[in-house]
Amino acid sequence: MSKKMHIKLNVNGKDEEFLAEPRELLIYTLRERLNITGPHIGCETSHCGACTVTINGKSVKSCTMFVAQADGAEVTTIEGIGGPDNLHPLQEAFKEHHGLQCGYCTPGMITRATKLLEENPNPTEEDIRFGMAGNICRCTGYQNIVKSIQAAATEMNAAKEAAE
Amino acid sequence: MIPAAFEYYRPKDMASVLAILEEHGDDARVMAGGHSLIPMMKLRMADVPHLIDLQDIGGMSDIVIDADGIRIGALVTQADIIDDAKLTAAAPILREAALQIADPQVRYMGTVGGNVANGDPGNDMPGLMQCLDAVFTVVGPDGEREIPAREFYEAAYMTAREDDEVLTSVSIPPPTGGYAYEKQKRKIGDYATAAAAVQIVKGGGSCVSASIAMTNLSDTPVYSQAASDALVGTAVDDAALDAAVAAMLADIDPSEDNRGPIAFKKHVAGVILRRAIVRAWSRA
Repeated sequence: MSKKMHIKLNVNGKDEEFLAEPRELLIYTLRERLNITGPHIGCETSHCGACTVTINGKSVKSCTMFVAQADGAEVTTIEGIGGPDNLHPLQEAFKEHHGLQCGYCTPGMITRATKLLEENPNPTEEDIRFGMAGNICRCTGYQNIVKSIQAAATEMNAAKEAAE
Repeated sequence: MIPAAFEYYRPKDMASVLAILEEHGDDARVMAGGHSLIPMMKLRMADVPHLIDLQDIGGMSDIVIDADGIRIGALVTQADIIDDAKLTAAAPILREAALQIADPQVRYMGTVGGNVANGDPGNDMPGLMQCLDAVFTVVGPDGEREIPAREFYEAAYMTAREDDEVLTSVSIPPPTGGYAYEKQKRKIGDYATAAAAVQIVKGGGSCVSASIAMTNLSDTPVYSQAASDALVGTAVDDAALDAAVAAMLADIDPSEDNRGPIAFKKHVAGVILRRAIVRAWSRA
């Protein structure tokens, strides 16, 4: 065992401090240490995207980052995006347009989609399929995921215009 | 999946990196985005007792474009390449290739330096850099030295970089003419079954110069001087395409794996190179 490190993270706006071995993968830090269980473990081999979180403004597969690398970072998980009482437009749209069946990939999908829409508020279907290519869904065939993200984009742009 | 334990270092300057490398020798490795190394550590196929994270080293994330060429810091990510409009104007093949690497999440983390230094035959940037005649700058205990991309790769994961050296940047002469990066892969995120990087300069209706490199068709990237020569002086017609493909096939040495048998890979390599040349020529 290597010696433990003093780690500081800001997760969903809350400061966290703890001692951890540097080899601990961030997904385990979130799920088992901090009880933030929205990000899921799908493949654990950097392929499926179920563990996607946002770290310092980048979509990252948290199974492929050591907690030591994230020391000092700001992390956003699905829990920081919206909850039952304040659904994010993407969550609302996934619900409305059946963007999920079993739901296992959904936290990663929506977390990635928040970043996609931030970078490209008016994505075409092709943009969405390309921008979501790091997230795998084994139920839906993606059609309704694309529809959900398009609907959320429309909703978010309308809300933004109304606010201006 | 739990990798073997390691000591973690996140130094602020290159002198500290070199000191750790000197102290621990083979037991120490540097890491940029980690998206090649971490999966190997998780599988326990790589054992790294001393892991040096480069993320806090300053000056390695810059893209500099001037009259002498383009200099890309080793920590520049694939996402940075895709987003940099000036770089895309100066060398559009870089963006075309970067968009075909892995997936969005991996491109936020994966770096140019890691991609070229790792020596994995599946990585796209090594062949691309050979096509562009790039030069890699490495720094070690005796200072800096430059190694041409076309002389850097010795075998799978074996390169001209010594264990106590760190690759710090990639320099590219300003590319001219038409370009194409063409990649055949089984699915998003996969390495190439075959990929081709092509730059072509056109003058008076014929090919003045060409540069061709292939990816994942040998245990190193393959710069094919013979394939390039086969196009020069021609109008890049069918006969020239056939000659270039034949020359390239003589230079590659693919092996059978889960992407297919050797005959299939050679077939795909020919199709991909032909497409890449035609597209590069149409842009020349």
